[in-house]
Amino acid sequence: MEITELGIAEVVSKIKSKELKAKEVVESYLKNIDKLDKDIQAFLSVSSDYAVKKAEEIDESDNKVGKLLGVPIAIKDNISVKDFELTAGSKILKGYIAPYDATVTEKIKNEGAIIIGKTNLDEFAMGSSTENSAFFKTKNPVNLEYVPGGSSGGSAASVRAKEALVALGSDTGGSVRQPASFCGVVGLKPTYGRVSRYGLVAFGSSLDVIGPIGRSVADVARLLSVISGFDPHDSTTANVPTGNFEEYLTGDIKGKRIGVIKEIRDFSIQEEISDAFSSALKVFENNGVEIVEISLPHLKYALSVYYLIAPSEASANLARYDGIRYGFEGSGENLRDFYEDSRTKGFGKEVKRRILIGTFALSEGYYDEYYLKASKVRRLIFEEFKKAFDDCDAILTPTTPTTAFKFGAKATPLEMYLSDVFTIPVNLAYLPAVSVPFGYDKTGLPIGLQVIGKWFSEGELLNFAYVLEEESNV
Amino acid sequence: MYKPTIGLEIHIQLSTKSKMFCSCSTEFGDPPNTHVCPVCLGLPGALPVINKEAVKYGIKLAHALNLNINLASTFYRKNYFYPDLPKGYQITQYSLPLGFEGFLEIPMEGKVKKIRIERGHIEEDSGKSIHIGDITESEYSFIDFNRSGVPLMEIVTYPDFESGDEAYEFLTLLRSIVRYLGVSSGDMEKGALRCDVNVSVSKDENRGTKVEIKNLNSFRSVKRAIDFEVERQVKALENGERIVRETRHFDEKEGTTKPMRVKEELNDYRYFPEPDLPPLVLSKDYVDELKKEIPELPHKKAIRYIETYGLQEDYARTIAYNKKYADYFENIVSAVSHPKEVANFFLVNILGILNKIGLDIEDLSFGVDSFKELFSYLDSGQISTNIAKSVIEESVETKKSVKEIIESKGLIQVTDENYLREVIIKVINNNPTPVSQYLSGKKQVFGFLVGQAMKELKGKGKPELVNKILNEELSKLEGGNV
Repeated sequence: MEITELGIAEVVSKIKSKELKAKEVVESYLKNIDKLDKDIQAFLSVSSDYAVKKAEEIDESDNKVGKLLGVPIAIKDNISVKDFELTAGSKILKGYIAPYDATVTEKIKNEGAIIIGKTNLDEFAMGSSTENSAFFKTKNPVNLEYVPGGSSGGSAASVRAKEALVALGSDTGGSVRQPASFCGVVGLKPTYGRVSRYGLVAFGSSLDVIGPIGRSVADVARLLSVISGFDPHDSTTANVPTGNFEEYLTGDIKGKRIGVIKEIRDFSIQEEISDAFSSALKVFENNGVEIVEISLPHLKYALSVYYLIAPSEASANLARYDGIRYGFEGSGENLRDFYEDSRTKGFGKEVKRRILIGTFALSEGYYDEYYLKASKVRRLIFEEFKKAFDDCDAILTPTTPTTAFKFGAKATPLEMYLSDVFTIPVNLAYLPAVSVPFGYDKTGLPIGLQVIGKWFSEGELLNFAYVLEEESNV
Repeated sequence: MYKPTIGLEIHIQLSTKSKMFCSCSTEFGDPPNTHVCPVCLGLPGALPVINKEAVKYGIKLAHALNLNINLASTFYRKNYFYPDLPKGYQITQYSLPLGFEGFLEIPMEGKVKKIRIERGHIEEDSGKSIHIGDITESEYSFIDFNRSGVPLMEIVTYPDFESGDEAYEFLTLLRSIVRYLGVSSGDMEKGALRCDVNVSVSKDENRGTKVEIKNLNSFRSVKRAIDFEVERQVKALENGERIVRETRHFDEKEGTTKPMRVKEELNDYRYFPEPDLPPLVLSKDYVDELKKEIPELPHKKAIRYIETYGLQEDYARTIAYNKKYADYFENIVSAVSHPKEVANFFLVNILGILNKIGLDIEDLSFGVDSFKELFSYLDSGQISTNIAKSVIEESVETKKSVKEIIESKGLIQVTDENYLREVIIKVINNNPTPVSQYLSGKKQVFGFLVGQAMKELKGKGKPELVNKILNEELSKLEGGNV
């Protein structure tokens, strides 16, 4: 069996037992990067020397401990890794070297993970195809003519192409789940507050969550166990027990209730995805699960709400990129011109669009009508989910209305935004959700299904995904 | 008659060891950019964490200003671009501030002036821009982020002031309060206390057009700027001109206010709730507990000194507004009583000498025992008040004891009436001309004759007795015995 076929548990145990060298593992993945990434372009930077050196250290050490010992991991380039460039896919941060580790980076390093490179993304995580990267477009490894999804397109593509064993992405409105779905891998968006955001380049601070991407539910569960937990550096993390999420993967979901959203019929969904959705429900039924219908009347406003709240927060979060202290520096006769030039040239089109939307939504005279109203509807959506979870343990939806699309296929921003219609409500309600591959369409593109769980129920949620994964592997 | 309406906005640096949202030191005066981290530099991915100590200081100050305290206050982002504002927004409080609707009562001219306070909220300071020369001509600027993220409490008053003097007194009291509480150094020259002023004047009930004044670097500047601005506005209105709503800059040299040369743009700060910080939730017990820690505050002390000790207002204020003075004063008075005399000795003689020799009150050795000794001489009439003053001054300066000075210099006053009469008769005989002037009605010569007698007595004659005997002897002469 190829080394790159192994899951985290096997790799770690083989390295611990010296059956396998960490260096061999790292080199197998680097070999794949060498071979494939000139076409896929998942990585913005590959840290080969660093990775090999770290692997050698592990091999030389007698103290072989760590839940991710020797695991080559790809990190979305909006997560801070000390001494690595941190671009967030933007020209405005090109050349900026992060002086500190994000909390998740510190945690995976402490468990022996080896950072193999930083992956491509839509600029500041704003996009659903990775086409908005200021540097280049990442291709879907399943079919190079198609987008890998986004914004964590690089991370999802790298895992799918076996250029990394697992990856970290970030999810503000679907940015882990949608590319996971497009690339046919597992992607988890944890509950807001489950994983520290310290060191994640902020986009929509009340929505952003760092999440794991892997080729199996078990790998994702392992990575989540490592990165989750209260962080004194992030006041929005929750002080709830974490534990070992792999222990939940029993395959036993008998007696549980799965919710199906009544209003989902109002959305147009690709036929093969609808079929996959139906057969997944059958799988659940066969496993002793009760299917219940739930209602989320305000679901149809989720996209509008999201496109007010996320840009509003982003407009403030991106104000720091002014060319004064770091990153791209424009020029100008006076301060105002300097700011204008730095930001005009430093930011891409989509980022500027969202800064403008957000600035407008927060402006005097518009705040109540836009930002405030959106916040109120967000609250309603949250309450509706809360009520729905009285009747079910998890909710099943397609991850996306369609499978991956071709480059340039989404001509207008609105068409692009629609690809996140099922993932966005989850962020608005701070919920956890996982996208799990469940078959292919007739073009051979992966289909992903989304399981949404109650707050802080990632263990149970991953067990539902595990059942679907087992079934689709058969 | 035009009536001025004046309000103050005061920023007070809270003297916590670390900054508002990170663990960097707040130390003032260190080399630029040595107390910085990803949080206070606004680096990508950094997040704020509330400094509990700063909140505690804020609550204490809120209590002292009689503010109501929100048990769940919220933080907001105030958005604007400036190079010394690293995140492009300031984290501050907005719709639910820590404290709201309070007041402060200032003892002034025998009355109490009540100033209502609209709100008190906590926020972070910006960095400091240092321009080469004038801001409009500077070719480049430096930024020091040591100050970035230092905790501030902003106090906004209602426009209840009517004069520069009132503002001056308010600020003096506020500075004293923050020092009593130990929540700020209150040093305006170090920027630990900053004040902007809003001034308008009006003839009727309608509020006039508000003008904001900035660049006020001392309490005196605040007073001067207000007085100038009120006069300027009144003159302008009397000349039929209109007041423009604007921000003016105080020119310390000229003592005038001028429109800002750098045009301020109309700012829309686009406030919205800070998503990185959950609401600041406080327990009522905690808030109440802190109220118990508030000591007797300076203005209350001053009023007590006036009402129970009978001190004059300026003496009472001078002592009460300085905690070290008040502690010293109360310590002495509790041991020896005589509050008025102690206040007088302390303010005039002790502080005079300390000032002269450049010592701090902490170095003062003249304490309870010295005062006890001093009053034993004074109360028994062995020394006069004037002698006492010189003894205090010498003792403070030389650290010699009261007894030592009095004995070595033989300062005990002469109270032997026979001896005094002998000396006085001698003076009368030696000064026939002044005596005859006195007898012919020029009564002011009396003082001269007292002086002559005291000279003979080397200043140690008990003044009351000298006066009495001289009077007696001169009356005898008036009887027509010459």
